Amino acid sequence: MAMTETDTLLTVSDLTLYRGSAKILDHVNLSLARGETLALVGESGAGKSTIAMALMQLLDGARIEGRADLAGAGDLFSLSSRQMVRLRGKRLSMIFQDAGAALNPAYTVGRQLITTLRRNLGLTRPEAYRRAVDLFAQVGINDAEARLSAFPHQLSGGMQQRVMVAIALACNPDLLLADEPTSALDVTIQAQIIRLILSLTRERGASCIFVLHDLALASQSCDRIVVLYAGQVVESGPVAEVLNNHRHPYTRQLKSCVVEIGRADLVAPEGTVPPHDQMPKGCRFSTRCPRALARCSDDAPPPMPANPDRGGPHDHVFACWNPE
Amino acid sequence: MSFLMSSASAPRTEKVPATAPVFELIEVEKVFQVRPPNSGLSRKTVGLRALDGVRLRVDTGTSIALVGESGSGKSTLLRVLLGLDAPTGGRALYHGAPIREARAKGRDFARDVAMVYQDARGSLDPRMTVEALIAEPLRHFNIVQKDQIKARVAELLDRVGLPTDAGRRYAAGLSGGQVRRVAIARALASEPSVLVADEAVSGLDVSTQAQLLTLLRGLQRDMNLTLVFITHDLGVASYLCDEIAIMYLGRIVETGPTDVVLNAPAHPYSAALRAAAPRFFEPMPEPLSGEIPSPLDLPPGCRFSTRCPAAQPDCGERDPQLGRFGAHRAVACLHPLTNPQA
Ligand SMILES: Nc1ncnc2c1ncn2[C@@H]1O[C@H](COP(=O)(O)OP(=O)(O)OP(=O)(O)O)[C@@H](O)[C@H]1O
Ligand SMILES: Nc1ncnc2c1ncn2[C@@H]1O[C@H](COP(=O)(O)OP(=O)(O)OP(=O)(O)O)[C@@H](O)[C@H]1O
Ligand code: SF4
Ligand code: SF4
Ligand SMILES: [Mg+2]
Ligand SMILES: [Mg+2]
Repeated sequence: MAMTETDTLLTVSDLTLYRGSAKILDHVNLSLARGETLALVGESGAGKSTIAMALMQLLDGARIEGRADLAGAGDLFSLSSRQMVRLRGKRLSMIFQDAGAALNPAYTVGRQLITTLRRNLGLTRPEAYRRAVDLFAQVGINDAEARLSAFPHQLSGGMQQRVMVAIALACNPDLLLADEPTSALDVTIQAQIIRLILSLTRERGASCIFVLHDLALASQSCDRIVVLYAGQVVESGPVAEVLNNHRHPYTRQLKSCVVEIGRADLVAPEGTVPPHDQMPKGCRFSTRCPRALARCSDDAPPPMPANPDRGGPHDHVFACWNPE
Repeated sequence: MSFLMSSASAPRTEKVPATAPVFELIEVEKVFQVRPPNSGLSRKTVGLRALDGVRLRVDTGTSIALVGESGSGKSTLLRVLLGLDAPTGGRALYHGAPIREARAKGRDFARDVAMVYQDARGSLDPRMTVEALIAEPLRHFNIVQKDQIKARVAELLDRVGLPTDAGRRYAAGLSGGQVRRVAIARALASEPSVLVADEAVSGLDVSTQAQLLTLLRGLQRDMNLTLVFITHDLGVASYLCDEIAIMYLGRIVETGPTDVVLNAPAHPYSAALRAAAPRFFEPMPEPLSGEIPSPLDLPPGCRFSTRCPAAQPDCGERDPQLGRFGAHRAVACLHPLTNPQA
């Protein structure tokens, strides 16, 4: 799919992020069209949450280089914190893995939702209340009026996550960031929540970035996928293209770890991600890569198109000197 | 490394006839007294049936997965197996004797049945080095002579795939996957024949999870361990466990060989779980409707009837018990989805 200027919602270019001397993200590029869903996948510590938190400008003690252009708002990284406060909720909002921890235990969930509505949309109390009842119904909470007066601990994990979805979508943002929204929940509830997020964002024409661990779930729920390893994008593109015709050895490794039902032949990868002070200068996967060449550890491979004739940064790209 | 590779050096199993199940639960019930929600200042309590008529048999050397929605009673069942909670009804047996008695009698039970907790980090004393953590059960159960402890710790670290120098570190300096390995090494130190694990691989990324799964499967085979494994990942259950027990609201609703049950679930709840498991490029399934009812307010008849897509009029009247379904399976449903051939 070729993207025109107008349907691009977000473009992240060469995002590099340091904490102290550790380079947590290294020249991350990604783009997202309006209405698209994108999966960020990769092993623990790859930087998935860091990307989401950087876009929300919710990180402390990090130095950021590069840009993140949100249509109509310009580069998020050069906005003042006051400008950012105005965007959060209205243009982009975020859902976290642990809804129980993200909600304030001291207030009823209704009060938290109504506060968001009043602050961001300037609604009166009765207007906000009606809107809240409406939103609870949309996220599938029966008995909405009674549930608004519940405290977070009185709700199950699945219900808490529905409340988070309601709060995040309250002001119709056009970008929703969902950081492992279901990994604390069991599979039946997971399916409910993912479907809910997809249908509500679709209805609103909004885009969604999911941070996920589960490649199969990514294949079911997302249009595009970005595979990260130790802060570098190793492969990205349309989800079917990347997962069925992967080029990067790390994408293969990630796929080989998926334990599908009925699987008997799991071969676990060796080793772990190197610590930041021992990270190779070039390809960060080179310490574990079965296809590594002599140049790999010193020379960082640039993003290359998998289908040069089709081209375009939005298409399938990978970063590897010796692709599969 | 001999003991880690075979069960030949495990003398304790000899006094037990090979045919007796390791664990047998017969109509086990566990009721917690709780204050109902919105009870205000009243001190009145009601009974919460966390386990309700549970029947389960775990044979020597098998691996069984316990799966089911949050709150279905998996952890409670494990606490009963470990003798940490006494059932309020029914019988819970370990090699034919009540678990609580076996546990009270001496160290044999504690030595033979080892546990890996979900919160591995929380279960390890942060002020102890990894070496001290693993040496503790070695000393406590007199597994090896004093001068052999260091060598045995090194063997155990190696067996779970940790570098020897990890022994000098503290839990705080280890990653999530490494902490789980330490917990597994510590559990194996007493040379148990049964390993019980509560969500031992959940919350880890897929590479680390794959490493731990292959480790656990290797251990189970090499040491002929009996494995009781709680997970909510059906892929994990199918990789690691020969048998599966699916729980819903305090009851086991289906058991049998994992592959058979997952290929052709007989209970509609098993089928819903199966359908909800992510599958590559399949459309997202229609999820189960509604919420799990409160255990304080069970629906009449079958406890799954409020959400069951296959419910019939009689389901609201009769409460199906777990009954034989073919040679190796059991199901608690009035209208099972498949024929009991398997
Ligand atoms: N507050 C912090 N201070 C210092 N380093 C941090 C901090 N938060 C994260 N990091 C480091 O940044 C890197 C990326 O972490 P991040 O949380 O983004 O990973 P992730 O991909 O979300 O992993 P997970 O799957 O475990 O959630 C890791 O190396 C981590 O140790
Ligand atoms: N000590 C306790 N006192 C009162 N109620 C309890 C206690 N322990 C468990 N329960 C209740 O018993 C039921 C079963 O809980 P249990 O922890 O066994 O579920 P689970 O299947 O392990 O769930 P999860 O997947 O969330 O760990 C729940 O309704 C729970 O609230
Ligand atoms: S660039 Fe080299 S080390 Fe990196 S993934 Fe490709 S072959 Fe492996
Ligand atoms: S007994 Fe009826 S309601 Fe219960 S699981 Fe079977 S078909 Fe469904
Ligand atoms: Mg994260
Ligand atoms: Mg539990």
